[in-house]
Amino acid sequence: MTEEASTSGLFLDSLEAAGYDWFGGVPCSILKHVIRRLESEPRYDWLAAVREDAAIGSAVGAWLGGRKPAVLMQNSGFTVCYNALSALSLLYRVPALLVVSWRGDGPDAPEHIHTGATTETVFGTLGIPHLVLAPDRFDEQIREMTSVVDRRRIPAALLVRKGTLT
Amino acid sequence: MKCFDVVRRIAVSLPDRALAVSCNGMISREFHETGDGPDRFFMIGSMGLASSIGLGLATARPDRTVVVLDGDGNVLMNLGTLASIAAAGPTNLYHFVIDNRAYMSTGGQRTISDRVPIEAVARSCGYRRAVRVDAERELTDALGGFFDEPGPAMLLCAVEPGNLAGVGRVKRSPDEIAARFRAAATGGEAP
Repeated sequence: MTEEASTSGLFLDSLEAAGYDWFGGVPCSILKHVIRRLESEPRYDWLAAVREDAAIGSAVGAWLGGRKPAVLMQNSGFTVCYNALSALSLLYRVPALLVVSWRGDGPDAPEHIHTGATTETVFGTLGIPHLVLAPDRFDEQIREMTSVVDRRRIPAALLVRKGTLT
Repeated sequence: MKCFDVVRRIAVSLPDRALAVSCNGMISREFHETGDGPDRFFMIGSMGLASSIGLGLATARPDRTVVVLDGDGNVLMNLGTLASIAAAGPTNLYHFVIDNRAYMSTGGQRTISDRVPIEAVARSCGYRRAVRVDAERELTDALGGFFDEPGPAMLLCAVEPGNLAGVGRVKRSPDEIAARFRAAATGGEAP
């Protein structure tokens, strides 16, 4: 597969086409191809946060400054964001697209098992809509989640399984 | 120095068109007491994240002066963002820390800022400037020209514990605070 045809390139193109123009977060191996592109292209202006809840905070600041933020992180870090999402993003109605990798979706290292098994429940408890990213439909899914983000002014998420973004 | 006196001094020294973010707890409440306006984001929850919001805002709006009013408890809760701010290096970000060495909203319990000088941490991280003031005269000197030099800059103001008697809570809805702030920051309509 050529670099141009990789799914992570198409995924970023779809995000940009949907209007996302601010990118930040914390790395995960499942998202490494996307993040490598975000880091290497200056126009993305990637903000390397040191913690996922801090990335949510900066995404809120970016939206307040007129941008449309997308935040990338692992599900372990997503659970760190509970208070940032509930007491900042949802409370103030600040939208963002969350791109959350899904470790512990099936057999994985022991530290990912419980978080992986409960990740979708946490989205539900928070009241943040999410979709599991489908390799053949992500352009449509990005548009669907973006319409939620825009219409309701809340975060919405794409949950990314290993191997989806190459 | 008293916290409210410092908040008031900062509020009147804000440059034209500055965008200000204040941390949760007594600092947002006292900042609100000095005036309400669309260019002020009063954070009422998510302790620690005012500096992160300021960083995102400063990167999104490099044409505007961004001011964060923070407290020692807030900074200590999100110390890593001092490193993020220094690494990103937004020249338009000015970070005030009002340090009373206590969590006032929860009953005045001690923080650890009496043993960990926050301005030294910021300086080590790579803030262009990070200075501490302990008295009114030093504050006056530090505020004069503070916004004329590029950031990221920190001014840590050591104050005595205690807040304005009877200070109110921020009553405006968070939803409205965010919408009008975005409109003020972008010169657009509220979403």
